[in-house]
Amino acid sequence: MTDRGKWHERLKVTLWTLIVPPILWAGHFLFSYLWAAISCAKAGAFMTFPIVFVAGTLLALALIGLSGWIAWRQGGTPGSSAPHEDGTDIDRLRFIAKSTLLLAGLSFVGVLFTVLPVIFLRDCM
Amino acid sequence: MSLHDQDDPAVRAAQEERLRKVWTPPKGLFLRWTDVNNNRVGVWYTLTAFCFMLFAGVLALIIRTQLAVPDNDLIGANTFNQLFTLHGSMMMFLFAVPMFEAVSIILLPQLLGARDLPFPRLSAFGYWSFLLGGVFVGGSIFFNAAPDGGWFMYPPLTTRTDLSGLGADIWMLGLSFIEVSSVAAAVELIVGVLKCRPPGMRLNLMPLYAWYILVVAVMILFAFPPLIAGDILFEMERLLNWPFFDATRGGDPLLWQHLFWIFGHPEVYIIFLPSIALFAMLVPTFSRRHLLGYPWIVLAAVGTAFLSFGLWVHHMFTTGLPKISLAFFSAASEAVAIPTGVQIFVFIATLWAGRVTWSTPLLYATGSLAIFVIGGLTGVMVAVAPFDWQAHDSYFIVAHLHYVLIGGTLMPLFAGLYYYWPLVTGKKLSDRLGRIAFWLLFIGANIAFFPMHLSGLMGMPRRVFTYPAELGLGGMNMASTIGAYLFAAGVAVICVDLCLSPHRAKSPRNPWDAGTLEWLAHPDDEDWGIRSVPLIESRYPIWDQKDFVAKVDEGRFFLADAEEGRRETIVTTVLDARPLAVIRLGEPSVKPMLTAIALGGVFILTTYHLYWAALACGVATLACALWWLWTGTAEIPEKPSKPIGHGIVLPLYIAGPAAPGWWAMFITMMADATAFSGLIFGYFFFWTRHAEFPPMAMADGPGIAWPMIALALGLASWLLTVSARQVHARGAVGLARVALMIGILASVAGIGAGLAGPWESGMDPQTHSYPAIVWTLVVWTTAHAGVAAIMQGYVLARSIAGRMDPQHDADLRNITVYMHFFALTVLVTYATIGLFPEVA
Repeated sequence: MTDRGKWHERLKVTLWTLIVPPILWAGHFLFSYLWAAISCAKAGAFMTFPIVFVAGTLLALALIGLSGWIAWRQGGTPGSSAPHEDGTDIDRLRFIAKSTLLLAGLSFVGVLFTVLPVIFLRDCM
Repeated sequence: MSLHDQDDPAVRAAQEERLRKVWTPPKGLFLRWTDVNNNRVGVWYTLTAFCFMLFAGVLALIIRTQLAVPDNDLIGANTFNQLFTLHGSMMMFLFAVPMFEAVSIILLPQLLGARDLPFPRLSAFGYWSFLLGGVFVGGSIFFNAAPDGGWFMYPPLTTRTDLSGLGADIWMLGLSFIEVSSVAAAVELIVGVLKCRPPGMRLNLMPLYAWYILVVAVMILFAFPPLIAGDILFEMERLLNWPFFDATRGGDPLLWQHLFWIFGHPEVYIIFLPSIALFAMLVPTFSRRHLLGYPWIVLAAVGTAFLSFGLWVHHMFTTGLPKISLAFFSAASEAVAIPTGVQIFVFIATLWAGRVTWSTPLLYATGSLAIFVIGGLTGVMVAVAPFDWQAHDSYFIVAHLHYVLIGGTLMPLFAGLYYYWPLVTGKKLSDRLGRIAFWLLFIGANIAFFPMHLSGLMGMPRRVFTYPAELGLGGMNMASTIGAYLFAAGVAVICVDLCLSPHRAKSPRNPWDAGTLEWLAHPDDEDWGIRSVPLIESRYPIWDQKDFVAKVDEGRFFLADAEEGRRETIVTTVLDARPLAVIRLGEPSVKPMLTAIALGGVFILTTYHLYWAALACGVATLACALWWLWTGTAEIPEKPSKPIGHGIVLPLYIAGPAAPGWWAMFITMMADATAFSGLIFGYFFFWTRHAEFPPMAMADGPGIAWPMIALALGLASWLLTVSARQVHARGAVGLARVALMIGILASVAGIGAGLAGPWESGMDPQTHSYPAIVWTLVVWTTAHAGVAAIMQGYVLARSIAGRMDPQHDADLRNITVYMHFFALTVLVTYATIGLFPEVA
């Protein structure tokens, strides 16, 4: 890896970075579910808007946003011609970057979906 | 060789002769069944799954006949219970999932321009396991011993031996056996997609079918193991009276529901995505253009795969879980509509933008999308918890799931059948019969299942064997029955079409004029898969690359010969498909079949409580597996490398993360770790369900000392193996052997120390769920220590026998992967059982 360019350009998207946004969604979802299940079972009550949940949600959204931003930057890597469907390094990079960006969008919406119940419902009934 | 050598027809003929000889299938009444080539195993697999589908379909017709009129007495309640349980279980476990594996085993090597998948014998093993397990489960109905607890087998009805018979064991053990074959197929397909693509086929040029298969195979790794964990607990309760699901002894039936549906919901997408993947292949062909929105399809497949693991509780909305928990799952269930919708819009957009050639496969594809969308919309309805409370366990759900499965799995498979039949047999099916069948299926499905929405909302519950005339449901049930028979008539027309096929003339090559690699297949096909492995520069090489077909046929690409008389294929890198090595593939062998029979013996004999015989089969399974590995894997080649054409020379041996074997171990262990996490989930689930867990009276077991000793021994064994790999790579073979020997001792001692914890503190697993789950975790972990010892011994023996040296150390690298996971298992188990009671 060379030290040329900005850090987000050096951090190349791969098959592993592709699944970072949905893994963040999954982590947030699991955390929400376990937190609700354990606090209902052990405390008998669902703590209203605890700081941990808000912080965890903001963190998840920020990280998904960040991975989406990196993907967006790399998705615009110049040096190949439209429609970017050829067997070149740049087109492969652009493809994974674009897929990552789309997954970041879906994961972002997914996290927002998970937050909605907490806004409207706060009991263990 | 250079390109010009291939101009000489004599050279080409000689190459073809050598290839033909190498890939000749075994002949003879018995030996032909020892074949492992994907084109044969895939066809057996497909036919078997198709037959199970027909069988399960007949069961459904009997069900519908019984329900045609009120107060019918054609069959009794007991038979009815067996019929609907077996119908659901067979359609899911013996048709939908295996059918996707079967079709992929046929198609994937063709799509990837590979001679075969990386582990042909594993495919054969999977097939024989599937056949044995399937016949065992399906055949039980002829002995009035079929499972009768519904396809999800809820305890306590099914765990109490006074309420349920042998059927529950047959379901649990027979289907566990089939789950083994599914995990085997997942390993094969993932490694195939990631490592066996042709040179140049980078991730962005991969056929979308391969993307879907990759995603689905990964889903199998995370979905099936929780069910395997559930099966273990379930059978421990039935056979040994360990009370995991018995509320009177600290158990909880809901634990089963969690484990079942963590499997059960992703399962729906596991069977939906591969069917929709067929659309991704046939829609561009009949639109005469590239598929629009390639990254959007990848988004849809990967996004659906993830979200599908956050839906399982929507099957449990009426179990009394906290509303906030239900709401999380309701939200995720609505979110999954986004990626599902995206792929449907991609197909519509492609058809819109292209020049559509109307054809029978496309008719099936569009018709099934219409049916699927209706099922999807009722899915959005039942994902809303308050609506589900009304509709739960009513015929509304039956209608929803059949719309989804017929539109999302069965009809797309028929589309694939009409599309790919020429690929497999060289002959087209009849367009006329195909269209007649389509309309029978389409109209039949709607007449059968649409009225069920209404009968469900009017109060007809699922799984009742009859209903009184006063309910006024007779008319709608009669309609459903008529629809079911129409649907069956459609399937019968397809069967007739298939039976007429042998009498028809061959169709031309690539009859649909498609652009993807699999259509290189010739009607008079050879067994070698592909004449030469091409260089890929486009998503639709037959359309876009100049003289592509001729160059492949004339052997102008790679690996056009089999000079050493071995079956070979090319291994490439994951992202960019750069050639890495040539691997030798497994040849026909009886070992996969024998291993499957021995393993089948373990499951089937355990069902009948013949434990000693089952143990003998277990030993036989181990012996077969070792024999298979010893003679067939990590072979040191006769020369280090070979040319594959165009001046490229590739090694014949690779080890570590570049090698298929390493990936297979890694993937298998991901599944293993997931099953283990299911058991750990059980432990902490009990903790949340009890005010006091561990219960005060039992809190002194298993203590801290023994678990910590077992932990230290397990970690020592891991460290020794890792060190052995390091020093071995530097040439210190003797030192590596010593480390492995001490490692074996540490593993074996770890078994004793692990079991000593609960044993010494007198924990009785029959008294309460706490000792039962502790024992289960300990048995799981010590069994893994036993396997670790066997692996260490195996590698030691390989080294001593001269089958492994510092340049050829794949075996040692592969078992190191196992040991990493083993160390994690040891750490989590002993920290949980030893330390958690201190802080709980």
